[in-house]
Amino acid sequence: MTITTTNEASIADGSELVRAGGGGPAGKRTVVAYGFWIFILSDMVMFSALFATYAVLSGNTAGGPTGAELFNLRNVFIETVCLLLSSYTCGLGALSAERRQPGRFFVFAALTFVLGAAFLIIEATEFARMVQIGAGPSRSGFLSAFFALVGMHGAHVTSGLLALIYLAAQVIVKGLQPAVLRRLLCWSLFWHALDIVWVGVFTLVYLMGVHH
Amino acid sequence: MSGDHEGVFDDRAPGLEEHDPTAGYLSYTVGFALAIVATLASFFVAQTNLIWAPGIPVGLIVLALAQIGVHLVFFLHLGSDRDSTNNILALAFGMLVVLLIIAGSVWIVGNLNSNMMPM
Repeated sequence: MTITTTNEASIADGSELVRAGGGGPAGKRTVVAYGFWIFILSDMVMFSALFATYAVLSGNTAGGPTGAELFNLRNVFIETVCLLLSSYTCGLGALSAERRQPGRFFVFAALTFVLGAAFLIIEATEFARMVQIGAGPSRSGFLSAFFALVGMHGAHVTSGLLALIYLAAQVIVKGLQPAVLRRLLCWSLFWHALDIVWVGVFTLVYLMGVHH
Repeated sequence: MSGDHEGVFDDRAPGLEEHDPTAGYLSYTVGFALAIVATLASFFVAQTNLIWAPGIPVGLIVLALAQIGVHLVFFLHLGSDRDSTNNILALAFGMLVVLLIIAGSVWIVGNLNSNMMPM
């Protein structure tokens, strides 16, 4: 309703021209974040191929262990809460950076890093345990697809943590200047997107795997 | 919603909340609360005996979609206002490709699988 009113008002005072792009190119911040958004969506397309592979192969256990025998839902729940909390602190950190509060930013960035690292440690321990009991990626089609999908997500989290160290160093050296803020904005988009992928992973792989 | 723009069209980047900076912390907190509720519900649904077993996967998918929606709106700030149109269109195209890849693969390989000779 409000949209219609402003629209009519703007046609009346001739500012529709501005709305149609006549206001010139968007600011650098908007362009950079939009480009990064396109990258994130292409990353989602890459993940969708791994999800499709897992969906197709999840029944092919070749006589090996099934998901119901391997997965520990308590650990998966802890992993999920770690990642969700780190997404939350990442958002608060981005907001603090936006408001030029470096002290708060470093606290939230440290929390985000610790929670992300806790997620990775639990996941790595789980992978090591599975390989040890002979349920490694070479055991069956199901396990190959499992390690490819969940491992790819873990690799993304790892690279996210490395990028966070790099960005924190930039904030220390250069301060919260516009270029650094743009990189932080992109990083927070990346981190939130990883949490979205994890929602798909814990639902389709773990919860449905245990249910079957 | 877009009443505070005062006639100036301003493309909005995903993840940004330039128009209402005071709503920021609240938005993330509400989003986090909703996401944790959806997560708890998913883990409950997967392990409960209260729900008819064949209905559980459907329930899990619905909860996952709800949680993804919460993440998009409260964490990535993708709203329905005019300034987010570019971001939403890109997202819609991305989701179309994702849907084609997953549904298409499951459909085609499932069909091949059911036509295989029994081993």
